[in-house]
Amino acid sequence: MLFYSFFKTLINQPVIVELKNDVSIQGQLVSVDQFLNIKLEDISLVEENKYPHMRTVKNCFIRGSVVRYVTIPADKVDVGLLQDAARKEATEANKK
Amino acid sequence: MDEEVVSQPLDLVRLSLDERIYVKMRGDRELTGRLHAFDQHMNLVLGEVEELITVVEFNEATQEESVRVIKKGYEMLFVRGDGVILVSPPMR
Repeated sequence: MLFYSFFKTLINQPVIVELKNDVSIQGQLVSVDQFLNIKLEDISLVEENKYPHMRTVKNCFIRGSVVRYVTIPADKVDVGLLQDAARKEATEANKK
Repeated sequence: MDEEVVSQPLDLVRLSLDERIYVKMRGDRELTGRLHAFDQHMNLVLGEVEELITVVEFNEATQEESVRVIKKGYEMLFVRGDGVILVSPPMR
């Protein structure tokens, strides 16, 4: 649940989601769930001319499994906290 | 001081936290960045990332293959684990 909690701290931040089909969508992160499905609001396609599919779409739901990357503003991330949480999560996953 | 027991492959990844790592990904992509977080799915959060995409182009006319490498940078990147092939310390 580490990354679910991580994304919850980033709600309302501007992010860029790069999908496995190479489409990149910039938008405000509105919600996330345990599968890391993502809801974005006020989206703009990064390469609008190349991928005009969503010109009229303002808000979208993205299935977690089609995401390749999510670009996040670095200053919104507490790296120390993240690293500590990752250390704990790894040990817990091992014990199960 | 307690001994750190490395029992599982994920323990090796844990040793690389806050270090720069190399990640080989599906789709002929490679990343280098500072490891901030990971989980059992190999989802990752990397900082100061450089992405290398290898593109092979085939010229029908000349029957020649050309290889291009595209470089991209990101300040902070979440990587979904199902795209990850391997994780290692950066290659010297």
